[in-house]
Amino acid sequence: MFHVKQRKDERMIAIIDYRAGNLTSVARALHYLNQPYCITDDPAILQQASHVIFPGVGAAGEAMAYLRHTGLDHQISSLVAAGKPLLGICLGTQVIFQYSEENQTDCLGIVPGSVQLFPRNMQQDGLPLKIPHMGWNEVTFTKHHPVFKDIDKGVSFYFVHSYYPAPEDPAWILGLTDYGQRFCSIVAHENLVAVQFHPEKSGKPGLKILENFCRWGGRDVE
Amino acid sequence: MLSKRIIPCLDVRNGLLTKGIKFQGNVDIGDPVEAARAYYEQGADEIVFYDITASSDGRDIMIDVVRRVAETIFIPFSVGGGIRTVEDMRRVILAGAEKVSVNSEAVQNPLIITEGARAFGSQCIVLGMDVKKVEQSTKVPCGYEIVIQGGRKYTGIDALWWAKEAERLGAGEICLNSIDADGTQSGYETNLTAMISTNVRIPVIASGGAGQPEHLLEVLTRGRADAALIASMVHYKTHTISDIKAYLDRQGVKMRMQW
Repeated sequence: MFHVKQRKDERMIAIIDYRAGNLTSVARALHYLNQPYCITDDPAILQQASHVIFPGVGAAGEAMAYLRHTGLDHQISSLVAAGKPLLGICLGTQVIFQYSEENQTDCLGIVPGSVQLFPRNMQQDGLPLKIPHMGWNEVTFTKHHPVFKDIDKGVSFYFVHSYYPAPEDPAWILGLTDYGQRFCSIVAHENLVAVQFHPEKSGKPGLKILENFCRWGGRDVE
Repeated sequence: MLSKRIIPCLDVRNGLLTKGIKFQGNVDIGDPVEAARAYYEQGADEIVFYDITASSDGRDIMIDVVRRVAETIFIPFSVGGGIRTVEDMRRVILAGAEKVSVNSEAVQNPLIITEGARAFGSQCIVLGMDVKKVEQSTKVPCGYEIVIQGGRKYTGIDALWWAKEAERLGAGEICLNSIDADGTQSGYETNLTAMISTNVRIPVIASGGAGQPEHLLEVLTRGRADAALIASMVHYKTHTISDIKAYLDRQGVKMRMQW
């Protein structure tokens, strides 16, 4: 299931391989959705791809070190600048910001803003909240977006994280989630969409997002 | 707001779903992949597989089960049973599991928790704790002792100490199983669950004793559990996950109600 599956419609969804966690779960979801995909760190293949998914589980420091070491850092920035639809997932979403408090890491700087640690003393109904934020939580959408077409209000997605994205410009916020505080769980700007949750582990609504992304032309209004 | 999770637990032996009472008299009752798919459709928030196979042939069958589950359902699931090394963890994670759980293995070698967390992240490492109520003593001050080998062997380890120690070693979650309640369908060990859950900062899954939806309500509220494991009450089709979630939702417990 992990070989390149090229089809006539000439779409090819490249999943960036940067040794950060389990990339195979995103691949399995695309396989299930019958989408053409490959897992790659080859710049030439990334350039040819119609869509790019930047997933990842793990720590920001190690991930950025690997991206710099391989030159993928510049690759990813230039793919976004060239207008290719890019979907960030979890750690992939965090490292496209300027800075992460995790390991005090300078990141790719594609999204103005930083990634911050949930405060230690958060409460809900008088009870302390646990870190990581692990489990199913709701996303409130601030506007419509083609990648989230047909996603009902109040649907939950699966989260696992201790750090949360904080974009500088509110115009980049597409979705908000409550966990002790309200944080940005979806970033969207032009050809870029980045989610803090795991669509590949979020049941049918998550699969719908992946399918929408694979058919998306890269404009935030369609 | 974060939902409480309802997690069916599938015990697997030689690739077949099985369920025992107080860890004895297991009866094979079906295909784990089919069961996982049915629970996914009913709104399970996560699935736990526990491999009770003894042989190495059985392990390979389990990896195949994990792979087929990962191709079929798109929610997180964990695999436990017989995981002794980081290499064992890698096999099930690469086959598609989101998390691995270690239980007796971690009592015998606590560093497996740290090594696993370093290799895959804390969120991947679940500590399974099998616990029996005992007399409070200087050795076991909380009055609950860790047991291993399917509940047959007492370890002299205090359950509360072990939960905190596992968190310190890097576990991302605790699955707390009461051997006294396991398979009885007469309710969770709510006091035990509340004691552990309020003393660690990682999520706690309550396990053992679920028979009625009211039992889940009790452990998710007074027991302070972040998630509840269920087995017999859904395996024998006396309840469905969607019915249980609808009940808890009506009682004001935050549930994921659309899937």
